[in-house]
Amino acid sequence: MRRLALSISLLLALAAPALAVNPDEMLKDPAQEQRAREISKELRCLVCQNQSIDDSDAPLARDLRVIVRERISAGDSDDQVLGFVTDRYGDYVLLKPPFKATTLVLWIGPVLILLAAAGAALAFYRRRRSEPEAPAPLTEEEKRRLQTLLGGDA
Amino acid sequence: MKFRYVPLVLFALVVVLFAVGLTMDPRTIPSAMIDKPAPAFSLPPLKPEKPGLAQADLAGKVTLVNFFASWCVPCRAEHPLLMDLQKQDRLAIVGVNYKDKPEDALAWLQRLGDPYGRIGKDADGRAAIDFGVYGVPETYLIDAKGSIRFKQVGPLTPEVIEKTVLPMAAELAK
Repeated sequence: MRRLALSISLLLALAAPALAVNPDEMLKDPAQEQRAREISKELRCLVCQNQSIDDSDAPLARDLRVIVRERISAGDSDDQVLGFVTDRYGDYVLLKPPFKATTLVLWIGPVLILLAAAGAALAFYRRRRSEPEAPAPLTEEEKRRLQTLLGGDA
Repeated sequence: MKFRYVPLVLFALVVVLFAVGLTMDPRTIPSAMIDKPAPAFSLPPLKPEKPGLAQADLAGKVTLVNFFASWCVPCRAEHPLLMDLQKQDRLAIVGVNYKDKPEDALAWLQRLGDPYGRIGKDADGRAAIDFGVYGVPETYLIDAKGSIRFKQVGPLTPEVIEKTVLPMAAELAK
């Protein structure tokens, strides 16, 4: 049993995620390399669209990683590096889209839908809770009939 | 009972949203470069007898810039269209050979014909990145002032050439 557990944990250790970033791409300065990694995680790979360029093995992603590192080495700030890429590929490459006029629906939409749903739910329950109207009182004729049915002396 | 039709209306809205959304291609990425000047670049020639390509070569006339590679299958598919277009002589066509082995590219052009007036060799794909290319083939229509006016992602088709490229080029040439 212990042996099985050991082999399983060894296997899991081997299954560590493969890194897309090749050692020869990395910057020598660990702080700069860390910045490059963080920036790369924000940039979408255009070939395999649901990965960041930090995760992707696509050649274009590699080229963009190299460019990110070049810009950092050249002394660009993080925003300048992101700007360099968005100038060419648009906001689409940002995995976290910026808040501006063209992305307003994206950011505000879910909140609006939530508010509308909450409003609808509120209206629904309020209508259900309100008491139904009291029935009209019995007429004289009905009272008499009721008395006979109940066997009282009319 | 005035809320009776609300679910039906909501359902209809969702149907419309899906009908539009599901017929759109999520792979077409809006280009950030439309109506912007072509980037500064300068590429060495692929063929010794034909000039390379630089930003300055795009000014002065309406030009079609085609990014291609011999290893790219859709480029092979669109190539006859470019040959046709070149024979019609309606606009200047230049090529950028993207991340290719020169000998492969030369053999490819030898076999299929060479529609390009100039060919730049983009060995590391940097000029392509400056244009916002994310996969060959891509084709850009550049006006006489050197601004990008249209971008075709993926291979050109007869329809795109007839309905978009040629009318736009005629309009821009005025």
